[in-house]
Amino acid sequence: MSKDLITLEHISKSYDGQLILDDLSLSIYENSFVTLLGPSGCGKTTTLRIIGGFEKPDQGRVIFDGQDITNLAPNKRQLNTVFQKYALFTHMTIAENIAFGLKIKNKSDSYIKDKIKYALKLVNLEGFENRMPDSLSGGQQQRIAIARAIVNEPKVLLLDEPLGALDLKMRQDMQYELKRLKDELGITFIYVTHDQEEALTMSDHIVVMNQGYIQQEGSPEKIYNEPENAFVADFIGDSNIIRSTMIRDELVEILGAKFACVDKGFGENKPVDVVIRPEDVELVAPDAGTINGVVTGLTFKGVHYEMDVEANGYEWLVHSTKLSEVGSNVGIKIDPFNIQIMNVPASEDEEAISETV
Amino acid sequence: MRKVLERIYLAIILIFMYAPILTLIVLSFNSSKSRAKWGGFTLKWYINLLSDEAVASALFNTLSIAVLATIFSTIIGTFTCIAMIGLSSKLRSIIMGITNIPMINADIVTGISLMLLFRFLHISTGFTTILLAHITFNIPFVMLSVMPRVKNINFYVYEAALDLGASRPYAFFKTILPDIVPGIVSGALMAFTMSLDDFIITYFTKGSGFETLSTLIYNEVKRGIQPEIYALSALIFVVVLVLLMIVYRAPQAKTKEK
Repeated sequence: MSKDLITLEHISKSYDGQLILDDLSLSIYENSFVTLLGPSGCGKTTTLRIIGGFEKPDQGRVIFDGQDITNLAPNKRQLNTVFQKYALFTHMTIAENIAFGLKIKNKSDSYIKDKIKYALKLVNLEGFENRMPDSLSGGQQQRIAIARAIVNEPKVLLLDEPLGALDLKMRQDMQYELKRLKDELGITFIYVTHDQEEALTMSDHIVVMNQGYIQQEGSPEKIYNEPENAFVADFIGDSNIIRSTMIRDELVEILGAKFACVDKGFGENKPVDVVIRPEDVELVAPDAGTINGVVTGLTFKGVHYEMDVEANGYEWLVHSTKLSEVGSNVGIKIDPFNIQIMNVPASEDEEAISETV
Repeated sequence: MRKVLERIYLAIILIFMYAPILTLIVLSFNSSKSRAKWGGFTLKWYINLLSDEAVASALFNTLSIAVLATIFSTIIGTFTCIAMIGLSSKLRSIIMGITNIPMINADIVTGISLMLLFRFLHISTGFTTILLAHITFNIPFVMLSVMPRVKNINFYVYEAALDLGASRPYAFFKTILPDIVPGIVSGALMAFTMSLDDFIITYFTKGSGFETLSTLIYNEVKRGIQPEIYALSALIFVVVLVLLMIVYRAPQAKTKEK
């Protein structure tokens, strides 16, 4: 589609002898919303700080728009950051906060004034010029932090868990707000989060990270529907991950029962991991499905019921809008398209790097 | 009823605390030398005081020591706090503990040990030794006041300034310094106050022939208290009171302004 704007080449970084990033390579397209997603300590924030210039990689290069910026100071980079805890200048007014970068660049007063107005309008906080940051709510402060960054017209906006400190409702509102901003500004957003729902909602492209390695990258649909390994499947949403045997192409034996599937090329009688999303497990009348089981647990979740079904020695997690009472006998049916087959990692180490090799 | 009792209780406490000082201030305006009799209002003790050369030189000594001790202890204390940012929190609390000990240590112990140290090092007592002593006991007060500010420095704000194009020094002066200035100011005022009203440590480190206000008063008292001393004590009380009010007011006023 579009051209690479930022390329990370073989980046490694350790702190106190602990390897945080190991030979990480990543390309980020112009004008895309890219999310680095992973549990805490996976290296996502370090990656962002290396792009922002706050950390230097031990090895590797950062290429920005064709130029090597690995050793460039943060104040010389054409990108701006929105920090986790807003990081507003508390002793300055909102207008002074937004003007900070422009004043350093010696822009004229009238230009700065226009820009402040434009930025406040963009984040829906018109008329807040003379307020102090302390008098604003968390969501408002975060929007000011975004306004302060975008008035500098960066090519890339880096966002480090910007919604982490907000409550759920505010977070959801801000997700739409950020998506809208991204479309209006037409710049690249690189977003760091540990919240998989946030990542799925906003991103064009998700990079799932764990232990300093990229586990998988792709569109939200691809990451969710076709996880490449057990880590990704488990991290993105709930799932049933079951060690199984690939009998041959398009046929897999799960817990002793044969299921039709659509995957090919795993060989014959090979051990594999299968991922089945809880909403893809269909509960039918006993003997109408592939295997039979008993409902052992039931929780009402609002949108759907969450049920535990004991079948063939495995406790299946099932999401359904149709209620099956605890103790009832059910059949389990799975559409071949909804069975995702993954290679079994040979070792724990390989599990971490399976994507990068 | 409860409210009335509360008021009475508060009044009693305040009377106990301030009655002696009030007596002193009242007596400093008493034209009679007697401590038991009111002989009419006068300012003559204050006027006598101002024309007294010994007092003038003691005042000069006190102020110059206080000012110099404040400057040095504020600079040393502040830089120590900033340097301690890089330490682990465990090491930091150990160092803070060590620096806090001189504050709770009895002044007389501090005074005598400093005197012994100066003797041992053959530093002749006088202005220099008092100044060194005052700097020493003031540093913990400065650190106590600056450290909480330093601990709360939000480094993301510093990075945000860099991110927006600021150079490192510009970012420091625009983001980190404003955050710790209230701590530095109240630390300095605290140090100044402590230096101004110290007697014991000064007494042990001053040697002979050099007087500050507090040691001068003490010497005068030995010869029998003159009403000028009331006037002088009243003045010292007022100055210290005003300084302390500034110390406690300064940080609050700053936050309110926000």
